[in-house]
Amino acid sequence: MTRTTQWEVVIGLETHAQLQTKSKIFSGSSIAFGAEPNVQASAVDIALPGVLPVLNREAVVCAIKFGLAVGARIAPRSIFARKNYFYPDLPKGYQISQFEIPVVQGGGLAIKVGAGDTATEKYVHLTRAHLEEDAGKSLHEDFHGRTGIDLNRAGTPLLEIVTEPEMRSSAEAVAYAKALHALVQWIGICDGNMQEGSFRCDANVSVRPMGQKEFGTRREIKNLNSFRFMQQAIDFEVQWQINEIEEGRAIQQATVLFDPDTGETRSMRTKEDAHDYRYFPDPDLLPLEITADWIAQVKSGLPELPQAMKIRFETDYGLSSYDAETLTTTRATSKFFEDAVAATGKDSAKLCANWVTGELAAHLNKTDMPIEASPVSAAQLAGIIRRIADNTISNKIARDVFEALWAGDGKDADAVIEAKGWKQITDTGAIEALVDEVLAANQKSVEEYRAGKEKAFNALVGQAMKATRGKANPQQVTDLLKKKLGA
Amino acid sequence: MINSSLRELSAALAAKKVSAVELATLFLDRIEKFNPALNAFITLDRDKTLAQAQAADEKLKVGAGATAISPLCGIPLGHKDIFCTKGWRTSCGSQMLANFVSPYDANVVEKLAGAGMVTLGKLNMDEFAMGSSNETSWFGPVKNPWDVSRVPGGSSGGSAAAIAARLTPAATGTDTGGSIRQPAALCGLTGLKPTYGVVSRYGMIAFASSLDQGGPMAKSADDCALLLNAMAGFDARDSTSLERPTENYGRDLEQPLAGLKIGLPKEFFGEGMDADVRAAVDAALAEYRKLGATTVEVQLPNSGLSVPAYYVIAPAEASSNLSRFDGVRYGYRAPEYDDLTEMYSRSRAQGFGAEVKRRILIGTYVLSHGYYDAYYLQAQKIRRLIAADFVEAFKQCDVIMGPTSPSVAFAFGAKSADPVQMYLSDIYTISTNLAGLPGMSLPCGFGANNMPAGLQIIGNWFGEAKMLNVAHQYQKATDWHTRMPEGVK
Repeated sequence: MTRTTQWEVVIGLETHAQLQTKSKIFSGSSIAFGAEPNVQASAVDIALPGVLPVLNREAVVCAIKFGLAVGARIAPRSIFARKNYFYPDLPKGYQISQFEIPVVQGGGLAIKVGAGDTATEKYVHLTRAHLEEDAGKSLHEDFHGRTGIDLNRAGTPLLEIVTEPEMRSSAEAVAYAKALHALVQWIGICDGNMQEGSFRCDANVSVRPMGQKEFGTRREIKNLNSFRFMQQAIDFEVQWQINEIEEGRAIQQATVLFDPDTGETRSMRTKEDAHDYRYFPDPDLLPLEITADWIAQVKSGLPELPQAMKIRFETDYGLSSYDAETLTTTRATSKFFEDAVAATGKDSAKLCANWVTGELAAHLNKTDMPIEASPVSAAQLAGIIRRIADNTISNKIARDVFEALWAGDGKDADAVIEAKGWKQITDTGAIEALVDEVLAANQKSVEEYRAGKEKAFNALVGQAMKATRGKANPQQVTDLLKKKLGA
Repeated sequence: MINSSLRELSAALAAKKVSAVELATLFLDRIEKFNPALNAFITLDRDKTLAQAQAADEKLKVGAGATAISPLCGIPLGHKDIFCTKGWRTSCGSQMLANFVSPYDANVVEKLAGAGMVTLGKLNMDEFAMGSSNETSWFGPVKNPWDVSRVPGGSSGGSAAAIAARLTPAATGTDTGGSIRQPAALCGLTGLKPTYGVVSRYGMIAFASSLDQGGPMAKSADDCALLLNAMAGFDARDSTSLERPTENYGRDLEQPLAGLKIGLPKEFFGEGMDADVRAAVDAALAEYRKLGATTVEVQLPNSGLSVPAYYVIAPAEASSNLSRFDGVRYGYRAPEYDDLTEMYSRSRAQGFGAEVKRRILIGTYVLSHGYYDAYYLQAQKIRRLIAADFVEAFKQCDVIMGPTSPSVAFAFGAKSADPVQMYLSDIYTISTNLAGLPGMSLPCGFGANNMPAGLQIIGNWFGEAKMLNVAHQYQKATDWHTRMPEGVK
């Protein structure tokens, strides 16, 4: 079959971000991960008769922070509703969520798709973000044909973040998810731990002939808990939908699951057996009212956002867009960089950027370590950079100093340089004597150079550096050689 | 002693004329004697009761003088079985919770226990407070002590019957559409439903969250004032609880009524009220005029919509509130089932009675996709109109009066076959719940077959002290509230 139709992919994402509050959204129980089943479930969480929910203001603060960070409208009045359905790990028989009037309305996120010269930028609009409670967990193993219920997670605060159907490829969806993932951690409302389910995405996917205005019928891929799975699941789903349509079968609205083992999506339930959730305002909770004062107070405690920081890094420190972006990937990285700059002075900012994105990043990557755990502190790195700047050591020696500090060999750069005798030779007389020795011992190179071979000059510099085990100032060596050779 | 007011009991306890243990024993013995015929108490635990009484005696012994002791310390009471009571079975009148022993105390229970009141036991009620005759209780109906062939009213029928029979001097009740006031009227007692939000709902098993309100039931307005002082107050565990300064609800009891303006809604005095009730209410109004009050006709034009609006909103909320009774974590679970759906459907089909299931079905229906706007949203609009009617009416009067119930206590089975007839017995009480207003019922004479009739007083929002004052002055001038059924003497 020849393909005549060009298909356009339409993707919208719904993300559940678990909020980093101390306690649950409607009770005082802890939300720490990994406790014994049901020890973090209070009378309210297990829905004993007569108990009532009380909204945790900390969760609202998280929602306000998010709304501010994405430039959304924070609703002055929003409503908690009950979403009614029966499931063993849903203790009340309903989930408290926001339905008609969510707390965060609109806003959006700038994303960058791809890398390097082919990278494109895009702004993804958000429809809304609303507060809700998580359900518990059903445990099907270890119960010999029965099901165990763990309600530790029941009542954990979630922010559900919903985009407009604006993404046009799995790459865009992943870029958005990554940007969102970075942002919620940046503003400190979610730990972003995807393995533990703190950040999970549902993707609504449909296809339509290029140029068609109406959306195709969508299927929702549930619970994507890694970026790689998201890419795989969407790619599979898109191809499946195109094949179906091209073979003359209409797409049925459905909820599907992605199986990472087979790389396929399969239907969990179709629209016919969709629940009627019977949403209605929860009479146990008053409307959530957020005053301008409250928003202002939260705003004053909000960290500088990555976009703004990136621009500041470019203008204040003269960094490249790429470096500025790399340094604002996480708050910890930006802090490490700025701590180093603070210790070295603004003039060395570019050097600091090079070291953080270069040597340090390479070491961290190799050992899969977060920057917070770096064995070389920002102060120690600054110590190295100061010695490069004042010509005490060369770049090459600096890497050895870094290596030594990484291995825990010495308390700071100066101590390492001192102990190893790595101080750069800057005494012109000493270098001159050395250059003479090198010239005398390498007549062949000298002749080659004089015959016009530029490469021979480099060999002579190399010899000189080698003779000082790298401690000579390379610039001085070069200058002297040139002078002696009459270049 | 069994006819004493709470103030008299308090004085006797303070003067050591009687101990809390003696008082508890007196009532426990009466319960033992009369309860089998009345079925008012459904859970008793003599040891627990006496232990609480002993603790109250200790408190009375040490506390006199130094620390302020509640005037209620050592006085026994019964709790409607809708209030979670730590260590006591809390069934809500249902098979669904017939095996549920609460691990915690409701706020109301906690507060009354804190005041030193002694729990005599748990009182029968319509299943999940859904009923007006106490016939829907899984534990069987409560009998009206004035005539055991008649209903005590509902849903707080156990509370009403127990006080009327002098099995307890006081009881807690809850009122979603009249469940304190209607049984108070049918049993010849005084009962008060506070303004929504005055009494915490924490630990009170929810029927219709936006309408439910706990309140006191006793013989007189004076007793109710003392009880309400102990029950009311802000509770951070209930988001709908109101943060207001502490009030002494009895502060105005002795104010004379000269100049009082009583509003009489035209709609409450039309068709539907039995002649005997009408005669008793008219006589009470005549008494009020004698006390210096004037009456003025007011209008509640939307009150005719209160029953239909109520039977959308209350079942809607109930259908969701009762979802937690699923057989998974506690309560009744069907003995046999093959899968999860069957476990749910059988547990709920067997665990709930017919009236509860009817309301769950109605509520599920009105919240369903496509019907929500037509029913639930419309009902909420009517609710606002009804509240607006009251705002207008209270511009012309201090309190509103009328009958509590259109008839005196009816015979068992008289209305149970026709739900709509049953629902109409709350026609005068429902609108106050929809508006969140406080309401009271007090005995105002006897109607046909020598059954008690009730006068309803509706107060303005937070007008509890005024209502109690109005009721107390009437009770000083009359003695209906002191009458006691022959059969339990």
